[in-house]
Amino acid sequence: MNDALYHDALMALAKDRTHAAALPPGTGVTVDNPLCGDRVTLDGKLENGIARDLRHKVRGCALCQASAAALARVLDGKPAATAIAEAQVAVESVLAGGPAPAPWDAFAPVARHKSRHDCVKLPFSAVKSLFSGT
Amino acid sequence: MTLRRHFPLLNRPGPRIAYLDSGATAQTPDIVLDAVRKFETHSRANVKRGVHRLAEAATEAYAKAREQVAAYLSVSADEIVFTSGCTGAINLAAHSFGTLLKPGDEIAVSELEHHSNIVPWHMLATRSGVKVNFLPIDGEGRVVVQTLSPRTKLVALAHVSNVTGAVLDVAAIVAEAKRVGARVLLDGAQRTPHGPVDIPALGVDFYAFSGHKTFAPHGVGVLWAKAELLDAMPPFLGGGEMIASVTTQGFTPAKAPAKFEAGTPPISGAIGLGAACAWLATLDWAAIAAHELRLTGRLLDGLRAVDGVTVIGPQGLQCRAPVVSFDLADAHPHDICQIMDRHGVALRGGHHCAQPLHAKFDLAGTTRASLALYCEDADIDLFFAGLAEAKRVLT
Repeated sequence: MNDALYHDALMALAKDRTHAAALPPGTGVTVDNPLCGDRVTLDGKLENGIARDLRHKVRGCALCQASAAALARVLDGKPAATAIAEAQVAVESVLAGGPAPAPWDAFAPVARHKSRHDCVKLPFSAVKSLFSGT
Repeated sequence: MTLRRHFPLLNRPGPRIAYLDSGATAQTPDIVLDAVRKFETHSRANVKRGVHRLAEAATEAYAKAREQVAAYLSVSADEIVFTSGCTGAINLAAHSFGTLLKPGDEIAVSELEHHSNIVPWHMLATRSGVKVNFLPIDGEGRVVVQTLSPRTKLVALAHVSNVTGAVLDVAAIVAEAKRVGARVLLDGAQRTPHGPVDIPALGVDFYAFSGHKTFAPHGVGVLWAKAELLDAMPPFLGGGEMIASVTTQGFTPAKAPAKFEAGTPPISGAIGLGAACAWLATLDWAAIAAHELRLTGRLLDGLRAVDGVTVIGPQGLQCRAPVVSFDLADAHPHDICQIMDRHGVALRGGHHCAQPLHAKFDLAGTTRASLALYCEDADIDLFFAGLAEAKRVLT
């Protein structure tokens, strides 16, 4: 059953526009999921290893939107390498049915839907590409 | 309609499954399952190679399947090539017919094609220097028949769009193709589940379709081509059973269709497809077409009444198959499909392997309901109940 998949906390993340932006083509990095056509564009900068001004543009499902919003929330203003690693651990845990801190705990119901895991992971591909080498 | 009773999966215990994803894979009736089971339990063996009784029976069943498929298409069995699917069939045509083309020759496809009728031609273009042109589509997702370049050697189009449900104006395409001396290939994957196809009446040169969309097992498909073309085309894959002789110096190919069926063919799938075609040929297609069209009308009318919905495809029922794709503003197709699944409604969301079409409509994807002869009003009722919840949750 997927009753709880689109629960309030997850939908709140999906609709969180704090770091959303109308990024013009050529801005930041863009990654695609060729199977479903979802696309995440992520922009931001590093200042002494600190992630700054993270903005995302997601053409994708609610899970992808929520993941991008969550990722921007936990990264912005933090040491990028550490924050990305911690977020990666959290999302892998929650998608495997394990515990995870907020905001990743909102993705717990996705664990049962393997076909949707890539929706959550796509923003991670974007951020790794954006900050590759960190 | 009472045809649903023939499909065991749709009658399994538990909540009703509103299976509206037949455009991806149709369900399989008892008569097909029985035919496959009979083969697997009474005569499973390889074809053409053995002389023992099982091999004889398998070979006979495989040959019968070819006859049954040929009858469904009103063509000769010698012109039926079993493939791995519709994609395999089009790739066969692209590789084999493609070797007869010269650099500078042109192939026309359209913006609405499934990737399986685009990518093989792009690959051919890369290999051989032919040029691939795209016929435009109109605002209703129909191919616009326009003047073809005199260098056009092949026009390859979907008989029915897997996204918009638009039925191709085959007569107009064939007339224009003949004017410039081009051959015509139809991708019939979304057409063959909706009744027998009179290929000679269509006047085309190639016809491809898949088994699993035509109530048969996965892993089998068909390429039909005129005998003169099959004779002229070189083999695609090499191996056993496709040769007349092999020496250390080379080989001589067998005659068609064996020439194009290297290795062990999809025997069980072909037997299932033959049984499906034979069963479909016995049905009252005037009644089924009217039934499918009425349900399609219910979908179109109901979707038009939902605020934020745009149907991508013909708005009316004329020249339309029961395939309805739509966009719901601010809701992603996968999220819609996920919520609809909770209501037992099976839909397809995404670009449906038709990215150029979606780019034309400036969409990443759509949500698609594709019907088949077993669909009923109760399925449409569930569809709209699920859509109401999806709209409430997502928008």
